[in-house]
Amino acid sequence: MSQPFRTEKGGRIDRGEELTFTFDGEEFHGHKGDTLASALLANGVHLVGRSFKYHRPRGILSSGSEEPNALVGIYRNGDQTPNLRATQIELYDGLEAISQNRFPSLGFDVGAVNDLLSPLFPAGFYYKTFMWPKSFWDRVYEPIIRSAAGLGKPPRTPDQDTYANQFAHCDVLVAGSGPSGLAAALAAAETGARVILCDEQAECGGSLLSESNASIDGKDPANWVHETVARLSSMENVTLLPRTTAFGYFAHNFVALAERVTDHLAEPDSKLPRERLWQVRAKEVVIAAGAIERPMVFPENDRPGIMLADAGRTYLNRYGVKVGHKVLVATACDTAWQAAFDLADHGVEVVAIVDVRETPPDNLIAIAEARGIRVEAGCVVTGTLGRKRIKSALLGRLMTSGQVASGGQIDCDALLMSGGWTPTVSLYSQSRGKVVWAPEKGAFLPGISVQKERSTGASKAVYGLQACLEDGYAAGEAAATAASGKTATITYSSAYGGEAGSGGILGALPHDRNASRVKAFVDYQNDVTAKDVKLAVREGMHSIEHIKRYTTTGMATDQGRLSNMNALEIASGTLDKPVTDVGLTTFRQPYTPTTFGLFAGISRGDFFDAVRKTASHEWVVQHGGVFEDVSQWKRAWYFPKPGEDMHAAVERECRTVRESVGLFDASTLGKIEVVGPDAAEFLERMYTNPWKKLAPGRCRYGLLLNDAGFIVDDGVIGRLAEDRFHVTTTTGGAPNVLATMEDYLQTEWSDLNVWLTSTTEQYSVAAVQGPKAREFIAPFIEGIDLSADAFPHMSVKEGTFCGVPCRLFRISFTGELGFEINVSRRYGEMMWETLATEIEKRGGTPYGTETMHVLRAEKGYIIVGQDTDGTVTPYDAGMGWAIGKKKFDFVGKRGLARTDLVADGRKQFVGLLTKDPKIRLEEGAQITTSENPATGTAAEGHVTSSYYSAALERTIALAIVKNGHAREGQTLYVPMPEGSIPVEVTGTVFYDKEGAQLNV
Amino acid sequence: MSDLLAGDTITPDAAKSPLLSLPTASISTAVPLTRLSFRGRNDAIEAAGDAFGVALPTAPLSCATAGSRAALWMGPDEWTLLAPEDELKTVFDTIEAKLADPAHALVDISDRSQAIIVSGEKATWLLNSGIFIDLSAEAFPVGTVTRTIFHKAPVMIWRTGIDTFVVDAWVTFMPYVSGLLVQAAEELEAA
Repeated sequence: MSQPFRTEKGGRIDRGEELTFTFDGEEFHGHKGDTLASALLANGVHLVGRSFKYHRPRGILSSGSEEPNALVGIYRNGDQTPNLRATQIELYDGLEAISQNRFPSLGFDVGAVNDLLSPLFPAGFYYKTFMWPKSFWDRVYEPIIRSAAGLGKPPRTPDQDTYANQFAHCDVLVAGSGPSGLAAALAAAETGARVILCDEQAECGGSLLSESNASIDGKDPANWVHETVARLSSMENVTLLPRTTAFGYFAHNFVALAERVTDHLAEPDSKLPRERLWQVRAKEVVIAAGAIERPMVFPENDRPGIMLADAGRTYLNRYGVKVGHKVLVATACDTAWQAAFDLADHGVEVVAIVDVRETPPDNLIAIAEARGIRVEAGCVVTGTLGRKRIKSALLGRLMTSGQVASGGQIDCDALLMSGGWTPTVSLYSQSRGKVVWAPEKGAFLPGISVQKERSTGASKAVYGLQACLEDGYAAGEAAATAASGKTATITYSSAYGGEAGSGGILGALPHDRNASRVKAFVDYQNDVTAKDVKLAVREGMHSIEHIKRYTTTGMATDQGRLSNMNALEIASGTLDKPVTDVGLTTFRQPYTPTTFGLFAGISRGDFFDAVRKTASHEWVVQHGGVFEDVSQWKRAWYFPKPGEDMHAAVERECRTVRESVGLFDASTLGKIEVVGPDAAEFLERMYTNPWKKLAPGRCRYGLLLNDAGFIVDDGVIGRLAEDRFHVTTTTGGAPNVLATMEDYLQTEWSDLNVWLTSTTEQYSVAAVQGPKAREFIAPFIEGIDLSADAFPHMSVKEGTFCGVPCRLFRISFTGELGFEINVSRRYGEMMWETLATEIEKRGGTPYGTETMHVLRAEKGYIIVGQDTDGTVTPYDAGMGWAIGKKKFDFVGKRGLARTDLVADGRKQFVGLLTKDPKIRLEEGAQITTSENPATGTAAEGHVTSSYYSAALERTIALAIVKNGHAREGQTLYVPMPEGSIPVEVTGTVFYDKEGAQLNV
Repeated sequence: MSDLLAGDTITPDAAKSPLLSLPTASISTAVPLTRLSFRGRNDAIEAAGDAFGVALPTAPLSCATAGSRAALWMGPDEWTLLAPEDELKTVFDTIEAKLADPAHALVDISDRSQAIIVSGEKATWLLNSGIFIDLSAEAFPVGTVTRTIFHKAPVMIWRTGIDTFVVDAWVTFMPYVSGLLVQAAEELEAA
């Protein structure tokens, strides 16, 4: 098919394989090996997008990841991924791409009116415009800014791709596989060191893949790449990662890589992840990130068809694409001349080489003359014409006065420009290194290494093929030796040609146009012009950090790799200060835009977090139980019978437990086995209660404080033997309690002979509660006398349940006669099914956490974290009885003596009864003294728990209220939108105040 | 050292079908085990080893095996003792009987965790999808045992062969661990 700008031969594309793709619905053809950018160019398409602010037509500027203009959306799986760089998208058959930031079409975009109105949009436009009136911030300005912001549209459907993760370790990580990177990887690998080599491009080789004028060991550079990559691939100690961007350099030589696994495939296997996050810990890092070419800042330097010279050369030599038929080359350095020569050698008409320099090197002039190319020295481009594609350029001649004289107009359909080269110091900067200004190179270069890294080649302004190879070998060897102590003798390849030459310019070029009327772009993606930077300086922004934020220059997805140096020079010139005084912004992670999917990784859907299920889970599912999430656990919430809603089910469960018997899965409660001769001493120091005199076979409620004296956890602790305790904790608090205990044990009391073992998951626990609890469990239990005398409330004994060993506790969180049976987890299902099946036959019921909450609230038992919030002391909670008054010390004892904790006016734990027994208060509702408090009145406290109580046939609530204990009998108010609710302050025990039900 | 390091102690549970069975990677559920946590100071190490029949290893991250029993170093004063399922009472009672004197703690944790066996030439690759430590044979040789994290779940891993690992996780975390391993292995089946 017709690809009018494809060369006859050459390039690394597979001319035998033709691919079909669409761009904005129009069908085109390209070849395997193309990028979307190269394929579009082969079809003569330069106009690929509209600019951010002025909606100016824009073309492909570069051939790499720094591309500011050619951002497109790609359709896949019925949805679109926006803002991908066409220069990085590998072409596949059937690829569907769309342009962005245009309406209704790329060719005719109504937003382009902004370009004509541009005098209205100066630097700092947003700051100046969207300021007053303040009332407009939310309703007017924000919607306007939001709709104008961004380029592509976000995808609408959930991401169907998967994202993998891989942790890796290596001796040497080499980022970048140009000549220096390949040499470094090879040198390091030959020592036997473990090497990872990554490159953001589809194949290794970097600049060598588009080199036309050099040889390595007498071979075509591409052949050398092929041989080197083959050698590296064959080595077991080397991991080669093409299509993999080193996007983040973090502390301790931790480097994150984004591997694109399937984006280049037409029909990827659904079993493959789209991307893989490599989290690499490297002993040494070699940064071989290369350098990128700088645009020249001249008026209208943004028309489609205007491109970086090296990109033009890359499209020609690597992809077999001519960027135009009549190409003008504008440059300030030698390298662009080679682009002109290569184009001329492929039959492209090079209309002129325009060099800023008065005297470009004679040898280049001679080569140009030999090819019949017109050379204009001391000459600049002062403007361009053409709406959707450059048609001609205005030339200006530099006068000795510094003025520019018109140098005529020259027709062209493409303009290649080069302002020189900027080393890519992003990774070095991310590693927290400080760049150093090198005046002789006109560049910021990596300074002292902060981490174990070294830059090599063009990323530290070592230019020229031979120099880059030598520097790469040396860096690789040094890194390998530093990492592994290993060395090797290897033969260096030597290069001929590939000279970098000299030259380069920073900042805006002089011109003879009306400076207030023309736009010379510094930052293409954010539409920042030279004029904007100058304005920012005039308006008082003197640091590059301020200029960046005021103008948005350098905020593009390349973080200013293309624009920073020009912006800096313009600011420096306007301020008349050296560039080092203006500063350079810091490069941060990620190096290039990185998908959210890569960061989310496996943390989505079923695997967002571990879902912890108890042994009763399947039974509960089968019997229609409803679950609630408690930390990572699934807990049975309630068990509705047909026709019951939650309220009815909970009411029935509550009634059944109070009148008969209920079964509850208490397995999620934390369990810690505390063992050793000093076990009682240890608990004595941790908990507020006394433990030393607790007899084996007995239990006690334990209250745990933090150092400040506030309640952090509670639970029943049973003494199994002199030296062995079975500690229970809250479900959510289990890991923290164990960690806190270990902390004290290891740092404060390492002399104690006691050890802690989490047994939360060792045991399945069934709580059987209710007046009939004893008779219900009796048939299953052997080896324990269950009678009230032999096994009173707060006892623990070991026996068997259905023949398997169990730890039986007689404890209650309902206020009824209660038992908790602990069996090894493997018997958990058997125990639950046995009891659950039997309990229904006996008129009892399984019950869930909601009923458990109601029953304990009727008894005024606190739930740590619901009735307490980290600011409640045992005294506040009315639990002073839990504090061992004679104890020498315990965690929190000193805290409890703090003046603020013993002062009057503390919020205290109380009961609340609404005057209207049918009204159930809202948990969290505020409590006030007056019925209709004035706005701004501080609350006296808040409701912590609130339920309907079946036993009392009315609602009940628990709350913390200022001076609450002294206010029993008083009426307070809970103001709600529907009106204030009067409540009476009561004690916290609503049911069976004497505890008669417990001791039966 | 061989692939059979844990061969007598931790074997695939024949009653359960493998979780993953690919030419380059497989995952199977291990048989139930006796697991005991032994804690104690230096004065208890020798006696405990004598009682258990396997000298407790004192080198960090190491293991010792004898017959069907294994002792895994978990910390300077902590070992996990492994034995066949039906030896729980024997082992527990023997150790307690012989260690009347030196202070120690012996706790049954047999059912706290489950073990899976991850093996195959892609085993390290598979595990490193969620484990951040270096599992190369140089850094983590056969016989090495450690607690670590698999994505968000705590696990214990024990390299029992060059391409074989025992991964032990608390029971309620195992579906997360094995599920993610199976998911990560999916790409090994891609054409």
